[in-house]
Amino acid sequence: MGMTITEKILAAHAGKEQVQPGDNIWVDVDVLMTHDVCGPGTFSIFKKQFGENAKVWDRDKVVIIPDHFVFTKDTHANRNIEILRQFVKEQSLPHYFDVGTDNYKGVCHLALAQEGFNRPGDVLFGTDSHTSTSGAFGMFSTGIGNTDAAFILGTGKIWVKVPESMCFEFTGTFPEHVMAKDVILSVIGDIGVDGATYRAMEWRGDAVMKLSMEERMTLCNMAIEAGGKNGIIEADDVTLDYVKQRTDAPYKVYHSDDDAKYFFKKTYNASEMEPVVAKPHSPDNKAKVSECVDVKLDRAYIGSCTGGKITDFIAAARLLKGKKVKIDTFIVPATREVEQDLYKEKIGGESLMDIFKSSGAYLGEPSCAACLGGPKDTFGRATDNQVVISTTNRNFPGRMGSKQSQVYLASPYTAAASALTGHITNPAEFINN
Amino acid sequence: MKKVIEGIAYVLGNDVDTDQIIPAEHLVYSLSDPEERKNYGKFALSGVPGEQAGLPDGNTPFTENEQCESKYSIIIGGRNFGCGSSREHAPACMEIAGVQAVVAESYARIFYRNSVDGGFFIPFESAKLLTAEVKTGDSLTIDLQANTLTNQSSGKTYELKSLGEVIDIIEAGDIFEYARKTGMIPSA
Repeated sequence: MGMTITEKILAAHAGKEQVQPGDNIWVDVDVLMTHDVCGPGTFSIFKKQFGENAKVWDRDKVVIIPDHFVFTKDTHANRNIEILRQFVKEQSLPHYFDVGTDNYKGVCHLALAQEGFNRPGDVLFGTDSHTSTSGAFGMFSTGIGNTDAAFILGTGKIWVKVPESMCFEFTGTFPEHVMAKDVILSVIGDIGVDGATYRAMEWRGDAVMKLSMEERMTLCNMAIEAGGKNGIIEADDVTLDYVKQRTDAPYKVYHSDDDAKYFFKKTYNASEMEPVVAKPHSPDNKAKVSECVDVKLDRAYIGSCTGGKITDFIAAARLLKGKKVKIDTFIVPATREVEQDLYKEKIGGESLMDIFKSSGAYLGEPSCAACLGGPKDTFGRATDNQVVISTTNRNFPGRMGSKQSQVYLASPYTAAASALTGHITNPAEFINN
Repeated sequence: MKKVIEGIAYVLGNDVDTDQIIPAEHLVYSLSDPEERKNYGKFALSGVPGEQAGLPDGNTPFTENEQCESKYSIIIGGRNFGCGSSREHAPACMEIAGVQAVVAESYARIFYRNSVDGGFFIPFESAKLLTAEVKTGDSLTIDLQANTLTNQSSGKTYELKSLGEVIDIIEAGDIFEYARKTGMIPSA
């Protein structure tokens, strides 16, 4: 019987020829990632269970990326980063990207890609639900808690229930003003915030394969917002170009079989997709941008693992160039590399950085920042009953810092267009003129 | 494993996400320090919007007056309980506040897995939606052998789904004890 790409990767890591959805298997882990919020708890469980002097199963496979509460005066948050440093020292871990050094990266999911830890065919776990992002590289990746992460640290293994797969195929080409963010928000709106619970979300079709790695990451990043276990896209030349520039490590390209079984299959005509938002307070509360033009905004936020990649800022800058924002607009590059690219990438001879500064937007340091609220002094944190348009991934009550605020999730194009008008705006108005 | 769990109900709605269970600004406290971890009990479920907090009336805080323990030890939830982030602080804060069981119609995957693997409390699935059948403050009894929940306040009994394949981990205590029992890792 045929297998999906997810089933094949899991089977290979369990030493099995064949697995089926529902099988509980123990898999060998290629990479374990943790960060400042979940690392300290993970390490204390690891020490409690395996001993104060226990060593991690494989130093080369552990990646530690502080990114959540990094630029804050919060003493507990800073203490947690100190705990990461201590553990890295004790264990002599080579892959640590410390705050306040040239080695600092920023948001873990993009840093994993940029530093060459995303490799086709691998199995990667992370103590963060958006670890599904790495699936864009044709690998299995998912989020776990501290306990499971501590188990992996000690054993290199973890149990996994093989998920059923759902296939989302997009044929043709997406319209110019439609981004991957619109596509994932549309799909979540269709199937609901628990529409993919326990399942793999596999993205297929020529429209998907025309996307950059950054846009593919956006599709896989928000699988968790539909409850999905993992998002996944088969690796192709675009993937391999990206990977080979960043690592010499081996990889293996898997494809789903033609006769693989899917729990669900839907084919979309890419050219019919439209810009959408998720209205407060749920990522599946979908509406077409054209239906929300009366919504007045207090601020726009462009950043996070979902919407803070270089392609997201190129899109935003395209609209903001030569114009002034009407509302407070926060720009937070996901990583240092993205921040450096804001100086290198130019539109009409002007760098993205200059475009943003001239537009009146505020620039923040690379990190998760206000995507998840965070300590009170977090850059861009929502207060009171602000209405925010944001390229982030969640708009549950209080997510960006204030229970009274209202967050509309949108693409970078839509967020930038809306920043220019002060109300939710279809980017097509700017792009097509 | 206990045979019976008794407690007072705290009722929530659908799609209770981890930011409602423990808002991100509080994720800075140590989970291992015996004193510092009590903060998680204090802020457990503090992100739930007022009108949803303790149904059907709402505006009922889960913990009161800076206490780190709640008088409510059984949570009744609807669909997709615990959706959102993978933060294990979410089931942990509920356990620290004294929660022994959650009974929801369905769960988000990572929250469910964290609850079981970490041994924080037992996540039961109800055969039907119970959020309109139980009121915050009702006295509940869960019978683990009969797989039922009885609302002592109304006298009605409801079916719970079998714990299924995770029962071995729940009986062992957590994923580590299960792994020791099955020889995956050496006994301590």
